[in-house]
Amino acid sequence: MSESTFVPSFVNRRSFIELDGRARAQSLLDEGTGKELVGPFDRIESPWLPMQDVAPQADDGCIVMKGRIAGNPAVVISLEGAFQGGSIGEVSGAKMTAALDLATRDSSAGIPTAAVLLLETGGVRLQEANLGLAAMAEVIASILSLRQHAPVITVVAGTVGCFGGMSLAAGVSSYVVMTREARLGLNGPEVIEQESGIEEFDASDRALIWAIHGGEQRVGMGLADALVEDSIEEIESAVRRYVLAGRPAQHRSEQVQLYRERIAAIDTSKQIDPSALREQWSVCESKGGAG
Amino acid sequence: MEKIEFAYPAAKRRVTKRAHVGVVGSGDMEILLEPSTTEGAHVSITTSVNGFRDTWKSIFDRFFSRFDGAASIQINDAGATPGSVLLRLEQALEVIEQ
Repeated sequence: MSESTFVPSFVNRRSFIELDGRARAQSLLDEGTGKELVGPFDRIESPWLPMQDVAPQADDGCIVMKGRIAGNPAVVISLEGAFQGGSIGEVSGAKMTAALDLATRDSSAGIPTAAVLLLETGGVRLQEANLGLAAMAEVIASILSLRQHAPVITVVAGTVGCFGGMSLAAGVSSYVVMTREARLGLNGPEVIEQESGIEEFDASDRALIWAIHGGEQRVGMGLADALVEDSIEEIESAVRRYVLAGRPAQHRSEQVQLYRERIAAIDTSKQIDPSALREQWSVCESKGGAG
Repeated sequence: MEKIEFAYPAAKRRVTKRAHVGVVGSGDMEILLEPSTTEGAHVSITTSVNGFRDTWKSIFDRFFSRFDGAASIQINDAGATPGSVLLRLEQALEVIEQ
């Protein structure tokens, strides 16, 4: 007689979050198609960090890989959350912008090339200040150009999450994929607490943070499109689905009127509660074209 | 931040592959290992933690007592402990010897 042992599913699940930035990018591209552009041995690293006594990284925390997803040309741009919080500096920003622009060039030449952004980032790298801010504007402009030709798919897997200027990049993407562990927001919890006080936002209250910034809430509110488990297979299949779907008829960020009305309808005379807001916003189904 | 360099001229075995392992995250480091362009092996470290030159020297003396490849090793370090450094070096060797 064989003894049956209960093995929880997460034991056999291949975690995406546990992969570093480069392995994440590789895991999403079709087997054997990935080729890294401006890799670590090209040593295009930040000139600004050593001046401020911070050790740089040879790829500046931004990994660009060209290849195919579900047989279609695609570029994956992955931010390494463990290096300087995945922050965007002059070099990492330029790598992102150039990769997006090359995808736009190929797309307008008749080879639609989707972009997948793996965002684990706190936004602008403070040590590179204005250059990081400028990079953010360029990245967003490049996403807006590319999304007219091919889908731009953002994946926020965690655990850093996606904050600051890069949350705007997520906002203008064609599709956003999140895990339950991931967080997405303009200002991070610590920033809100620092600026508005602990009464406004207690950055040590994890339940509160995830109720507002977490993947479940973001997808529930229609600000992200797919909620997936932390598994390579699930994230890969969501990304493939959106690559094959192509660009949406209307992007979420184009639905200005809808969001104006939604914000106007919020009763600010009492404290807004995340679950009530989710309910209210999920009534009229808006999608980034998730279809 | 401190820059540290070591040379191991006795390490002469030809290295043909290159390896990139690790991340410059807190308590970790990255290694870029590739064939040396000069005679022997050469180590170049950029570390955010100052004052540990002797510790780095001991680690690499031990490493090159077992490894004789003419490699150029560049390290960007964000405070890896000696144990982590040796594990990352082993990992890099595993990549080039695959």
